[in-house]
Amino acid sequence: MTPERVIEVERLTKRFGEVTAVDDLSFSARRGEILGLLGPNGAGKTTTIQLLLGLTTPTTGAIRLFGLPLREHRRQILQRVNFSSAYISLPFNLSVRENLDVFGRLYGVRNRRHRIAELLELFEIPEVVDSVTGKLSSGQVTRVNLCKAFLNDPEILFLDEPTASLDPDIAEKVRAALKSVQRERGVTMVYTSHNMREIELVCDRVIFLSHGKLVAQGTPREILERADSESLERVFITIARGGRLEN
Amino acid sequence: MWGRVAALLLRYLYLYRRSLARSMEIFFWPVMDLLVWGFVSVYFRQVGAPKAVLFLLGGLIFWDVFYRSQQAITLSLTEEIWVRNLLNVFIAPVRISEVVFATCLLGVIRALLSTTVLGLLAWFLYAFDLLRLGPALLPYFASILLFGWAVGMCTMAIILRFGHAAEAIIWGTPFLLQPISAVFYPLAVLPRWLQAIARVLPSTHVFEGMRATLETGRPALGPLVPALALNALYLAAAGAFFGWMMRRVREKGYLGRLAME
Ligand SMILES: Nc1ncnc2c1ncn2[C@@H]1O[C@H](COP(=O)(O)OP(=O)(O)OP(=O)(O)O)[C@@H](O)[C@H]1O
Ligand SMILES: [Mg+2]
Repeated sequence: MTPERVIEVERLTKRFGEVTAVDDLSFSARRGEILGLLGPNGAGKTTTIQLLLGLTTPTTGAIRLFGLPLREHRRQILQRVNFSSAYISLPFNLSVRENLDVFGRLYGVRNRRHRIAELLELFEIPEVVDSVTGKLSSGQVTRVNLCKAFLNDPEILFLDEPTASLDPDIAEKVRAALKSVQRERGVTMVYTSHNMREIELVCDRVIFLSHGKLVAQGTPREILERADSESLERVFITIARGGRLEN
Repeated sequence: MWGRVAALLLRYLYLYRRSLARSMEIFFWPVMDLLVWGFVSVYFRQVGAPKAVLFLLGGLIFWDVFYRSQQAITLSLTEEIWVRNLLNVFIAPVRISEVVFATCLLGVIRALLSTTVLGLLAWFLYAFDLLRLGPALLPYFASILLFGWAVGMCTMAIILRFGHAAEAIIWGTPFLLQPISAVFYPLAVLPRWLQAIARVLPSTHVFEGMRATLETGRPALGPLVPALALNALYLAAAGAFFGWMMRRVREKGYLGRLAME
């Protein structure tokens, strides 16, 4: 049996006036896969994630998650996915417990106390539970945001630069936690980062975007072989400067 | 649905518990207004306009209900933008109508709280007995609250569409409506052409009805009909406007933009 495709994107285009942020993009992701979304600044990564979350409506094209069209089943789908990013945050004037409790209720999570403790443990920050969110270090905040993203036990998790403000040690711990959740629960993740080393470590497969178009895809190893290169970083720079990969 | 609405409400109640400044703000402005206008009306009574105290304080308290309910709706979403929590709310499995409804309920809670405090103070300082008149005023109280919801939904939609740049609209809109809502003076005071405009606002009928009720001590039902009918109209229009703006906001990708501002 081939693993189920939980994300299917077909000929997706998003135009903002003159700018085409996402240009005729098609891809899919299988259950349990970590898919890296790469590309230079302005390539359309964030826009793609926002389209997949239904925050932005596509100009044309189709999005199906769990086999369901996003347009018609948005709320049902959102119950089974989650999102975290370095550019969003939880209310800084509430305590960590209050914040996670509120979102736990929004997702209808049972046994919230236990769930919150378990997640804080997973990300190694159990001591912050009663702290006010605004008083935490940025590394702690990022991990609290990730706890929020795991509250509803999502089947798909969208992560837009989740490790952007972390020191290498904490970033490594976060990656380990993400990998372990992927192994244990088969969570599908869509992951963006500008750290190519991290992408190689975390992602099973990557998609390169440039000017909203898909320019390369495959496992990190396949891409390195095709580009005849030692590192994704070199490949990235080649693509960013308008070069192509030979097939 | 109730679970999610309760969760959203809880989020703001947590905020008030945490933030002294934020909870004081519920009371600070209305109390200051009450002090100033209360003493002005005491002065009026001395110079021989005994009803002034009733009308001014009644107008003040009802105006505050309108203002609180409009502000509660708009400011709660502005708060989410400010603390960069907007996307968390919008990617949770909540209906936008549930978000709006939760903020409307928050408006009710805030209006009840500040009315209680104002009522007590007005009774204590100026012998203005809101409780005795309370039941007769209740339909008008509900009516002005609903108008606050309608205006609040419009200002909230504008904030989502235009972001921080439009913040002045949150504060400004109620004061744009105040002079033509006959809050502190009867409709008849306005020039004829302005009366025509004032009559299209539910608030005008509420304040007219409130004064008539205060005057006689018995519920004056006349202005209630246009007040409720206009409210139904304004709420429906505000809902449609909000829905239309949300579709525009999703097309233009403003939710993500607001989140990163
Ligand atoms: N709401 C919007 N309105 C207009 N243009 C937008 C909007 N959102 C994104 N864009 C434009 O679309 C293009 C893609 O932006 P996007 O944020 O998706 O890129 P990105 O790959 O996430 O970049 P980065 O690596 O800098 O995060 C950019 O040119 C951007 O200016
Ligand atoms: Mg981005």
